[in-house]
Amino acid sequence: MSKVIVSKDKCKQCGYCVKHCPKQAISFSTDFNSSGFKYAVVDDGKCIQCGMCYTTCPDGVFEITE
Amino acid sequence: MAKAKKVPVKISRQVPFCPGCGHGIIVRMIMECVEELGYNDNVIIGKPVGCASLLDNSLDVDTFTGAHGRNGASMTTVKRLKPDTLVIAYQGDGDAYNIGFSETMNAAYRNEKFTVITINNGNFGMTGGQMAWTTMPGQKTATSVNGRNVELSGMPIKVPEMIASSFDTAYVARGALFTPSEINKTKSYIKKALQAQIDGIGHSMVEILSPCPTNWGLSPLAAMERVEKELVPYYPLGELKNKGGK
Amino acid sequence: MGDMVKGNIAMGEAAIRAGMHIYCGYPITPSTEIMEYMSWRAQDAGRQFIQAANEGEAMYMVYGAASVGARVLTASSGLGISLKQEGVGYMAAADYPCVMISVVRYGDGLGSLESGQNDYLRETRGGANGDYRNIVLSPSSVQEAVDLVYLAFDLSEKYRNVVVILTEGALGQMMEDCDYPPMKEVPFYDWAFDGKHTHKQESQMTANLFERAQRMNAKRAEITANEQRWEAVDIEDADYVFFAYGVPGRVTLGLVDELRKEGQKVGIIRPISLWPFPQKAYEAINKNVKAFITVETCDEGQMIEDVALYAKKTGFGDVPCYAIASPPGVPKMSYVKEKFEAIKAGKAKEVF
Repeated sequence: MSKVIVSKDKCKQCGYCVKHCPKQAISFSTDFNSSGFKYAVVDDGKCIQCGMCYTTCPDGVFEITE
Repeated sequence: MAKAKKVPVKISRQVPFCPGCGHGIIVRMIMECVEELGYNDNVIIGKPVGCASLLDNSLDVDTFTGAHGRNGASMTTVKRLKPDTLVIAYQGDGDAYNIGFSETMNAAYRNEKFTVITINNGNFGMTGGQMAWTTMPGQKTATSVNGRNVELSGMPIKVPEMIASSFDTAYVARGALFTPSEINKTKSYIKKALQAQIDGIGHSMVEILSPCPTNWGLSPLAAMERVEKELVPYYPLGELKNKGGK
Repeated sequence: MGDMVKGNIAMGEAAIRAGMHIYCGYPITPSTEIMEYMSWRAQDAGRQFIQAANEGEAMYMVYGAASVGARVLTASSGLGISLKQEGVGYMAAADYPCVMISVVRYGDGLGSLESGQNDYLRETRGGANGDYRNIVLSPSSVQEAVDLVYLAFDLSEKYRNVVVILTEGALGQMMEDCDYPPMKEVPFYDWAFDGKHTHKQESQMTANLFERAQRMNAKRAEITANEQRWEAVDIEDADYVFFAYGVPGRVTLGLVDELRKEGQKVGIIRPISLWPFPQKAYEAINKNVKAFITVETCDEGQMIEDVALYAKKTGFGDVPCYAIASPPGVPKMSYVKEKFEAIKAGKAKEVF
């Protein structure tokens, strides 16, 4: 079970999560989602489940798991 | 120990706003508060005319189609007739402070016991970025192409300050979204505003400075930076009035 | 036989009897007494009253109240009703019921304080954007005003449509005896917002307007088929048929009576529903009628347009239509009679 579930098709590439992740664990994909955006990708190894990505995302892309 | 976080169940579909728009964050915070306060099945939201006209397709709660600027009047009677229901007027700054200025002020004047959340993005977003009363001096918009001339059109309006200083309402605050910390502070303002309604103290309002990347012609991150560097000095953040005290 | 009561007060009490939950309004002559009465009577009866900052705000308050299922009343006159039009449009788009009393005063703009009937076209066509129609009812006595207000709430809920009581200063201000109907306590109607999201309400912005048009057309057809109301006297053998509503309707009824006693073959249709217009009333009109004549308090006639349009629909397309336009106030029978004689003598020009 990954630490963060990412609904990639909701991502609009705003960049808030990338900026505010304290572990720089988020980057943009190289391919596009169904809306034509490069979507957020979380490096599970670096992620500490702090929830900053969830907090700053306008589009409900992230779910922090237990 | 991780704290599980998931988008509130009452947001049934992704919100349809521009990349980086503040609406998405704010709507989520409001619905989190509604859920946390136990009002998921006892809430009515008045949506405005503006970008947020599209709100009801995403929310699984009673959403009233507000007339442009008039939720101050409509939510008055909604709350008076359903005093135990959580009533929230969700309005852009154009909706609440321009066309709806009278209704917004009159509801505060009468201390109507509902909560107003206003989204201040310094322009009329939905119609393509025309000047609003919240537009900053010199800011270029679709109806101030050479920059806002405040000699002719007035200085940007500060409605929360007007309400806090003129009327005996319960709660007034202004928040912003440019860091997770500011977002969390803003959420606490929203929660206090709703609690003031639940406790029957009176009218509550939270204005939230929001980026509008599309009409400001900036990337989302640059727009957030503009909120922090250009808007906050003029529109100070914090609680302007808190009758409940805590 | 009831007490003598002023028309405005009687209409207010009728609304209370009909189970009105809340009154939202703003004062304007000659409707103000409705509001003043409500300001204490509503609370007396366990209902609510709110004084708005202006007539427009009052209508947005009506809109909010209707959304949660309340029986709601507002009342105004002339330019106050003008201010309300955007709110009326939202009500129509949302299929919300309410009752709106329009106590007409004569004149454009600020107008005068005199009685008039110059808002016929505005009320029957609707003053806001779009295809909607309000149901419009017009009384000619205080008793009828009470009965129509009481009925209006039921009609508005049955069809989920705004119902306008179109009356005039003269009726609002005059005193007559009347009986009140029984007091009703009515729950909020069940398809409204209840906070639990039991009923989804259609979004005005994303509705399929073509589909909506079919539904609204069917609704308007149903109202037109079922809710035409009128009073007809002596039209079966009449050479001349008057059309008059409200207080002028009563004056003209009196004139018809007088003319008949003189041996003149005249009759009258007094529309009680202005929308839907009482097209069915034409069925009983003498097929050899010589002319239709409206009696209306306005510049040159407004209902005359509907009289002529429906004449065309009912096989009376060749019948000339005249308008007797009376000045501000209540028309005198002698004035109407003089204009009638001029029409008969060929000295007046028909409108259609």
